[in-house]
Amino acid sequence: MKPFGYLRARSAEEAVREHAAHPGALFLGGGTNLVDLMKLGVAAPDRLIDISRLPLDHVADTEDGGLRIGATVRNSALAAHHSVRTRYPALSQALLSGASGQLRNTATTGGNLLQRTRCAYFQDTSKPCNKRQPGTGCPALDSAQRDLAVLGHSTHCVATHPSDMAVALSALDATVHLHGPDGGRTVPATGFHRLPGDTPDRDTEIRPGELITELVLPPRPEGAASLYRKARDRASFAFALASVAAVLSVRGGRIEHAALAFGGLAHRPWRARTAEDLLRGAPATEETFERAVDAELAAARPLRENAFKVGLARNLAVDALAELAADS
Amino acid sequence: MSQAPSPLGTPVVRREGRDKVTGTARYAAEHTPPGCLYGRPVPATIARGRVDAVHADEVLALPGVHAVLTHHNAPRLKEPDDPILAVLQNGRVPHRGWPVALVVADTPEGARAGAEALRITYETDGHDVLLTEDHPGLYTPEIVNGGYPAVRERGDTDRAFVTAPVQVDATYSVGALHNHPMEPHATTARWDDDGHLTVHDSSQGSTTVRDSLATAFGLRPQQITAVSEHVGGGFGSKGTPRPQTVLAAMAARHTGRPVKIALPRRQLAAVVGHRAPTIQHIRLGAELDGTLTAIDHEIITHTSTIKEFVEQAAVPTRIMYGSTTSRTAHQVVALDVPSPSWMRAPGEAPGMYALESAMDELASALGMDPVELRIRNDPGIEPDSGRAFSSRGLAACLEKGAARFGWYDRDPRPASREEGPLLLGTGVAAATYPVYIAASSASAHAAADGSYRIRVNATDIGTGARTVLAQIAADVLATPVDNVRIDIGSSELPDAPLAGGSSGTASWGWSVHKACTLLLRQLRERTGPVPADGLTVTADTQQETAGQSPYARHAFGAHFAEVAVHSRTGEVRLRRMLGVFAAGRILNSRTARSQFIGGMTMGIGMALTESSTMDPVFGDYTENDLASYHVPACADVQEIEAHWIDEEDPHLNPMGSKGIGEIGIVGAAAAVGNAVRHATGIRLRSLPLTPDTLLPYLL
Amino acid sequence: MDPSRGRDDGAQQPGATGDRSTLTLQINGTERTLTLDHRTTVLDALREHLGLTGAKKGCDHGQCGACTVIVDGRRANSCLLLAVAHDGAAITTVEGLADGERLHPLQEAFLDRDALQCGYCTPGQICSAVGMLGEAADGFPSHATARKAPASAPAPLDADEIRERMSGNLCRCGAYPRIVEAIEDVAL
Repeated sequence: MKPFGYLRARSAEEAVREHAAHPGALFLGGGTNLVDLMKLGVAAPDRLIDISRLPLDHVADTEDGGLRIGATVRNSALAAHHSVRTRYPALSQALLSGASGQLRNTATTGGNLLQRTRCAYFQDTSKPCNKRQPGTGCPALDSAQRDLAVLGHSTHCVATHPSDMAVALSALDATVHLHGPDGGRTVPATGFHRLPGDTPDRDTEIRPGELITELVLPPRPEGAASLYRKARDRASFAFALASVAAVLSVRGGRIEHAALAFGGLAHRPWRARTAEDLLRGAPATEETFERAVDAELAAARPLRENAFKVGLARNLAVDALAELAADS
Repeated sequence: MSQAPSPLGTPVVRREGRDKVTGTARYAAEHTPPGCLYGRPVPATIARGRVDAVHADEVLALPGVHAVLTHHNAPRLKEPDDPILAVLQNGRVPHRGWPVALVVADTPEGARAGAEALRITYETDGHDVLLTEDHPGLYTPEIVNGGYPAVRERGDTDRAFVTAPVQVDATYSVGALHNHPMEPHATTARWDDDGHLTVHDSSQGSTTVRDSLATAFGLRPQQITAVSEHVGGGFGSKGTPRPQTVLAAMAARHTGRPVKIALPRRQLAAVVGHRAPTIQHIRLGAELDGTLTAIDHEIITHTSTIKEFVEQAAVPTRIMYGSTTSRTAHQVVALDVPSPSWMRAPGEAPGMYALESAMDELASALGMDPVELRIRNDPGIEPDSGRAFSSRGLAACLEKGAARFGWYDRDPRPASREEGPLLLGTGVAAATYPVYIAASSASAHAAADGSYRIRVNATDIGTGARTVLAQIAADVLATPVDNVRIDIGSSELPDAPLAGGSSGTASWGWSVHKACTLLLRQLRERTGPVPADGLTVTADTQQETAGQSPYARHAFGAHFAEVAVHSRTGEVRLRRMLGVFAAGRILNSRTARSQFIGGMTMGIGMALTESSTMDPVFGDYTENDLASYHVPACADVQEIEAHWIDEEDPHLNPMGSKGIGEIGIVGAAAAVGNAVRHATGIRLRSLPLTPDTLLPYLL
Repeated sequence: MDPSRGRDDGAQQPGATGDRSTLTLQINGTERTLTLDHRTTVLDALREHLGLTGAKKGCDHGQCGACTVIVDGRRANSCLLLAVAHDGAAITTVEGLADGERLHPLQEAFLDRDALQCGYCTPGQICSAVGMLGEAADGFPSHATARKAPASAPAPLDADEIRERMSGNLCRCGAYPRIVEAIEDVAL
C-alpha cells in the first residue's frame, strides 16, 4: 500500500468536487472491502475521500410508501430496521446472510453495492486478471475453481459478484441515486451492475467521480412477500455458492407479481426476467415454478467445475417461490 | 506434610486463562524492543526457476526502508537442519511462494509497501505440481514420517483378497489441508553486542528453535535464547522453526537492530507446511462373518523438491484390525510444490479417513452393524509387530459411545430418515493415535517458605501445559496445586522436547515427576528446615525414554456423528457428534475435554469445509486466506461431546497418561462421511463433502 | 514505536493531504493523541503504537475476527478500520473490559467454561460477545432469527442464535461449544 492523502468530506458536494480535482482518489465508506483491496495492492488510491460521516445515514419512508436508504447506513442497522424487516424482508435476510456481525456493523449500503469480486485471480496481483489489469488475460476461465459464473460471462471474465444485498435490491427493483460532477442521476439496481463483456474492469455503470448517495425502494407490491435464500460451503460467514431473492404475490391461486434474482451465478445479480414472464398470471404451483426457473437457467453455460450451481440455483428458487406461495 | 487428595484428573482451571481473557498474555509478535524494525518477506511469483535480478535500489529509496535482503547480501548460513530454513542462500526458486527477498522498514506499513514495490525478474523453468495416481516420478521411500518403514507386508495379501467371499476395493482421496493456527507465524529477533541472539518465536518448542538456529547460524546453543511464552496454536505447523525465524535473525544481524516479522496470512499456505494430499487405495477381504482376511492400504502422496516428507497414512492400518494378511505401502513423488509438514495427526488423520470409510463399506457389504464389525476384528496383539498392547480400549470406546449416542436406534438402511427436505443419518468411525515420548529435563525447587517452583521448557500452544504440569508436580509433592509455580516457554529453562505428536504432557510430565520425586526424597531425608535459598533438583528422562517399549502403546477412540443433508442444496450440517476416547489416565478433565473437542472440530472441517486446491498453472494453493479456506465457524459446530474411559495402563509413564492432542481429529471425518452415506445412500470417497460434490447425486 | 519519537514532518490534522495525520482516539476511556501514517489501521495503532496487544492480528483482512474491538458501541474488525478515519472514536478493547481486578462477566464465563485454548482468538471472541449482546438487546436480528419473529422486540438468544452471531470469530482450537456456553451463562 503506497502512502495516500486523506480528506474527510463535509458534504456530498465537497466529496464529488475533491474527487474531480484528484482523479486518483477513491471514496472511503466503511472500508471493509476497500481497505482489504488496498492491503492486497488491488486498489491503490493516492487519496481517500472519507464519506462515512456524511449525513447519508437515513432510512425514511417515501411519500408513495417506498423507502429511502442513505448510502452510509451500516448493513446491520439496515437489516434491523423495522420497515426493512416488515416490508422488505428479502433485503434484511440478504444482509444478514452476508459477512459477519462485525463486518455488517462497519460496511455501508453504498460500499456493499460497490464491493468487488472475490475471484482468487482478481485478488492476487502476481497473476493476470482482465478485471484488475485489462488485457492480461483470465486464468480463471480454465481453472478448477467453483466460485465462478454460469450466466452472462465472457471469455474475458468469469467472475461473480459477491454481494447478497445487491441481489435483494435487484429483485426489489431498487433505484440507485448517484451524485456526480454533472449533478444527480438515478440508475435502476437491475442495471447498475454490468456483465463483463470485453470491459470486465468496469463492475458497474457508475461514472468516474460519482458518489452513491442513496437507494430508493419502491412501495412493496400489494400482497407481495419476499425472501432470500443462500447456499454456502460453511454454515455462516461464507460467500454464496448460489442465492436467490424472490418476491411473490398470489391472488386466487394465480401469480400477480413475481420478481426473482440470483446471486453467485454471474458478474451481476441476475434478474430472472424470463422466469418472471412465465410466472406472472400462471397458477402458483410447483410445476409453474419449475418451468419458469428452468426456462431462465436454460441460458446457463457452466465452466469446468461449477455445473452444480445450475441445479443448486434452480432448487433454491423453486423452493423460495413455493415457500412464498404457501404463505400467501 | 498432610496428604492432600491427588489433583490429577481434576478440572483445575487453566493457569494462564486470566492473562488470555484480559489480553495481557503476550505472543511472539507482541514484543517490540526499542528500535525494532519490521520485516516483510517477498514470495516468489514463479513455480520453478531462479531469481534473475532484484531491483532493490528502487525500494531502498522509499521512505523508511532500511534494507532489502536477498541471496546477494543475506548472511550466509551453515546447512540448516531443515531445508525450508535455507532462505536467501541462493537464487533457486523451488516453489511459488518461496521467500526470495525480505524488506525491512521502520514501520509495518513501510515494509509492506516496500515488499509490494520490489521488482524481481526470474528465469523460469517448467513446473510439475499435480499429484496423480500414475505419476512417473512416484517412488517408494525407505521411511515415512515418524521413521516408520514405507512398506510392511504379512502373508499373501493379494491371494487372500481375491479369495475372500466379501470384498471392498476402493480409492479415497484427501486433498491438501492447511493448519492455519489463529496466530500467524511470527518472530521478533535481536542480537546483543556480545553476539547473543534472542528470539521470541511462535513455536511449539523453543529448545528445538534454539538448536535449529544454532545449527543454521553456526552458534553454540548457549549463545541463543528462544522464547515461546504464549503460542496461538500450531497444530504441527510450528513444530520446528519456519522461515520467518531465520529471516528475522538474519535481518536483525544485517541491520544491527531488532527485527519483527509476522507472516501475512496469505503467505502461510506456501511456507509453513501443509498436510500433503493423499490418494489411498484400500482393499479389504472378509469372511461372511466379518472376519478380515486381507487388508491392503496403499498411499500415493507428494513432497517438495527440497525435502522428503511422506505422510504416513497407511501406518495406522498396521495396528487397527486383525487380519491374517496385510500390506501397507507408501509411494511419493517430489513436485514443485511447497514443502508438506505435520498437521494434527499426520498419517492417522487422512489414513483413518480411508480405512474407516472402507470399514463402513465392508459393513454395508456384509449387512453387518459397523460397530459390531470393528469389535469382531479387534486384535489381541498388535497385528504388525506381534507385540502385546499395553492397553487397548477400542471396543470399550465403541460400546460406551454406541450406548451414549443411542446408536442402535438407527435403521441401518441408507436414506431411511427424512425431516422435510433434510436427509438424516448417523455414522461411526474408530480413532487411534500412537504413544510417543521423548526425553526431557526439568528442575524442581523447594523454597524456604514451603512453596515449589518447577522449571521446564515446555510450550503451551493451547493445551494447558502449565496447568497439567502443576498438577503432576503437586501430586508428587503432595501439596496444593496453587503452591507450585511453573516456568515454561524459554530455552533458558531445562531442555525439553516440543509440543507435538501428542507427547508433550507425557514427556515433560515425566521429567517433572522425576525431579519432584527426587526433591521430595531429599526433603524427607534431610533434617532441619529447608535452607534459606531453597533446594533444587534437576532431572532428565534420557534413560527412561531410551529404547523401545516391549508393548504396543496406542490411544484409541470412537466417533459417532449425526448429519442432516439438505436434499435440495447438498449442504451438510453436523447435528451432533460424540467421541469416546481411551487415552490412559486423563490428567485434567477440563482441558482434556477441550482438546478432544478441538480435534473433533478440526475433523469436522476436514470432512465438510476445508480444502486447498493446487493451481496447476501457477503452482500455489488457491485458498490462501481465511475467506476461501473454510475452517469451521461457530455455526458449523452444534452439539459435540467428548467422553473417555478410565484406563489403567502401567506401561506408559509415571502418570499413566497417553497423548490427547491429536486423536480427536482421527476418524472424525470418516464418521461424518459415513453418516452422510447413511443419510443419503451416496458414498463419496473424497473430501470435503461440499454441495458441489453431493448435489449431482441428489438431483 | 513510541509515538513521541515518530516523525513529525508532514503530520497534520485529519483533512490535510499529507500522508500522516494527528488524531485522537478515546481508548478504554482515555484520550490518546497520535500522529499516524494514514495507512495505519486501528489494530496496528493499538498494537504497535499504544502497546495494547490484546486485539490480535489473525488475518488482517476481516476474515477471522481476532482483531474485534468495540467502536462507538458496536463491534468491528479493527484491522479494516483506518485510524485516520476514526479520529474521535471511542474504542473499547479487551484490556478495557475488566473493572480493576474484577473481570467482566464474559471474561469470567470464558474462564469458568474453559472457552479458550491457545487464547489468540479469545480477546476478539470476548469483545465480539460483548458487542453481540448489545446488538441483541437493541433488537438486531440475525440469519438464525425466525423469518416471522416480531421485528421490534429484543432478539432472544438461544444457542443457534449465539452460534450464528459469533460466526465472525474463528477459533482453530475448536472452543466453540464452550464459547457458546459461556455466552449463554451471561446472556440468560
